[in-house]
Amino acid sequence: MIKSILEKFSLEKNSSVMLVFAAVVLSAPIWLTPFGANYPDLLQKFAIFGIFAIGFNILFGLTGYLSFGHAVFLGVGSYTAVWVFKLFTMNVLPAVMLSVAIAAVFALLIGYISLRRSGIYFSILTLALAQMSYNLAYSVLTPITSGETGLQLSSEDPRYIDSLLGAGVQEGLPATNFFGMSMSGYSGFYFCAIFLILAFYISLKIFRSPYGLKLIAIKSNQKRMLYTGFNTRPYLLSAFVISGMFAGLAGGLMAATDPLAGAERMQWTASGEVVLMTILGGSGTLIGPLLGVGVIKYFENIFSALNETSLREIFNFLPDVVADFLVSITHVFVGEGWHLTLGILFMLVVIFLPGGIMQGVGIFTRYYKKKMTELKSERSVEKGKSQ
Amino acid sequence: MTDKNEFDTLSRRGFLKASVAAAAVGAAPMFFMNNANAYTNAPKGGTFTLGFNVPQTGAYADEGADELRAFKLAVKHINGEGDGGMMNTMKPIVLKGNGVLGKKAVFVTGDTQTKSDAARASAKRMIEKDGALMISGGSSSGVAIAVQGLCQEAGVIFMAGLTHSNDTTGKDKRRYGFRHFFNAKMTGSALGPVLKEEMGTDRVAYHLTSDYTWGWTQEESIKETTEGLGWKTKATVRTPVGAGDFSQYITPILNSGADTLILNHYGKDMVNSLTQSVQFGLRDKMVNGKQFEIIVPLYSRLMAQGAGDNLKGILGTTNWNWALKDAGSKAFVKSFGAEYGFPPSQAAHTCYVQTLLYANACEMAGTFDPSQVIRSLEGFKFDGMGNGETEYRAEDHQCLKDVLVVRGNQNPSNQFDLLEIVKEVPRSQVEYDPAIFGGKLGPYKV
Repeated sequence: MIKSILEKFSLEKNSSVMLVFAAVVLSAPIWLTPFGANYPDLLQKFAIFGIFAIGFNILFGLTGYLSFGHAVFLGVGSYTAVWVFKLFTMNVLPAVMLSVAIAAVFALLIGYISLRRSGIYFSILTLALAQMSYNLAYSVLTPITSGETGLQLSSEDPRYIDSLLGAGVQEGLPATNFFGMSMSGYSGFYFCAIFLILAFYISLKIFRSPYGLKLIAIKSNQKRMLYTGFNTRPYLLSAFVISGMFAGLAGGLMAATDPLAGAERMQWTASGEVVLMTILGGSGTLIGPLLGVGVIKYFENIFSALNETSLREIFNFLPDVVADFLVSITHVFVGEGWHLTLGILFMLVVIFLPGGIMQGVGIFTRYYKKKMTELKSERSVEKGKSQ
Repeated sequence: MTDKNEFDTLSRRGFLKASVAAAAVGAAPMFFMNNANAYTNAPKGGTFTLGFNVPQTGAYADEGADELRAFKLAVKHINGEGDGGMMNTMKPIVLKGNGVLGKKAVFVTGDTQTKSDAARASAKRMIEKDGALMISGGSSSGVAIAVQGLCQEAGVIFMAGLTHSNDTTGKDKRRYGFRHFFNAKMTGSALGPVLKEEMGTDRVAYHLTSDYTWGWTQEESIKETTEGLGWKTKATVRTPVGAGDFSQYITPILNSGADTLILNHYGKDMVNSLTQSVQFGLRDKMVNGKQFEIIVPLYSRLMAQGAGDNLKGILGTTNWNWALKDAGSKAFVKSFGAEYGFPPSQAAHTCYVQTLLYANACEMAGTFDPSQVIRSLEGFKFDGMGNGETEYRAEDHQCLKDVLVVRGNQNPSNQFDLLEIVKEVPRSQVEYDPAIFGGKLGPYKV
């Protein structure tokens, strides 16, 4: 029976892919333990930035349009969610839904303007609009965004729906929840993970649909598409809005797990980060962006926390002289030097694996398959001999 | 048609996979859940963990580096290594130099990047992964307020480090947050009389202000003070944090009719804006028949080092200076100097003192339970940590102590002797009513 299941099992099928994906995501707290990455905050970050990168990949990976301002939608989503918490209710569902909707409106506006150009001009337009939005949030719109300090909850917030439903006045700030389920800790991670699985499913559907095919056609040769009578603009705009909505969802979830929104979330460095994640993992592939997220967030949170003392612990099995030497070399690359390590890794990947980590995986599996077929044919030859 | 087949196979394999996933989901919380403790991160074994969250990159990185040095020194002294520093001068003290409650102090570090998001992520890592009992550090009020809010939710004590905004212990105060540093309100009260004496009562001020909570409250407090003296305020201009180039903000000052520039900047921002103001010739100008003056309300020696000669003669306030002659300051400067080869900054002093105070409060409370530790910190009066007699006010968790008015030294005798103490303003003169800023502390138990 197991054999028959395995035979029917193929990554060509959506359901198989989804099952494997769901199992891997939901069991993340277990298999991330040996890496020291099994604490709720980092798990939540993995899931949230995973959604962000998957959405970005729908635009960049399929159409080849490189948006340098995607963090705007992340920021918009976060601000929306925090305002919903402040004004209406601490339940995260309305906040998350509304942040997706508002991000879609922003994406429609920015997409409508920037998609009039392609290539580098498109990138510059998105960057300019993003920088504009960032500066608006940072200083001009301070009453709405509270600028550099960041938008935070306060005990004087009205929370109309909550107070209507008779939530008693409590000491301290109320916490975000999903019908009573806490949004911090592991339950917060599973909430984000469900959205990640959903987002991945949508992305999978798009990748393997005629719509996705048209987006890829735009990437390979837009002129030819136009000559054959396709109006590419609606396809591009819809892809832009969809990826903006993914970013809005990620922003909303960020605020749901940690009710605070700051302008720095919209800064160009944040937009650049998602580009890095996607390219590092492999743009245009389904899983690549997630791998990129994993690597970058891992470096940012774990590598940056290593200091000389922790390095000494790692190397203390060695003789003192050797350990001192190794610590003095390696400590440059960890702690505050984590950017350096990431930069080197990024360079190596871009130079040797332009297709990202996924290209490396591809090379490895092809090599493995080749070895297997060689083995098989050798065996069959041996069999032939023995007969 | 193929769709149908997919669903056929789904039901069988789905069962297998779903059960694996369900088992994983079910097992995970049990796997990682802490034992049902009465409070967050109760220490197990022979150690307890402190989390030091400082900016290692960005506009306040110099301060962050010095804070980390001080934290490491404090941990050493708590564990009974080194010469003990202020452990010998603090009174009352119950620490014995063998750790706290028989456990040794260990620490973890993180980079706030001077960004609220990064700071919260780093603090969360320390709380959730490393089991930190107390978070300390930070060189920006925006970050301090963000992390303080997080610590309140998590039930972990936050010793605020370098934060000067009125909001930290004002409208954004929290039960789990304590601040040793003084604030903008106190700077205003301390600086007022000196300004009156040196610059008179008839001046026109122009503010350049860092555009975030600290800048806003400092601008407000200084404006209140100077307008109380009879000064006029020409304009208040907000500048983004980490701007680098301030020339576009400085040029308008030249012809604005203002004769005093007040720089509500800190860290590298202040070094840049002051240097550029001097380069633009502001200090050589005569306006309204008066010498043009620049005031930097919040000073630090690290900034003075960066600004060099431009700072000579400029007035400001500081929390603490290594040149103070009391026994506590001397002991701290001696052991910091022996360890690192140069004197500590005010940021280092604050972080060092706060770590000792936290440890002492745990020892006093007889437990690491934060709700008890908070009670022993609230209203705690002590001496021998620099700045004379000091109190952690129970109503808003603001520390009350003497404030130093300083001036950039005209003739420094060495590269660290950059600030000359003009006046030690006694505590009674800078005290204020905790009710004026509003805000609520929140519950002891979370």
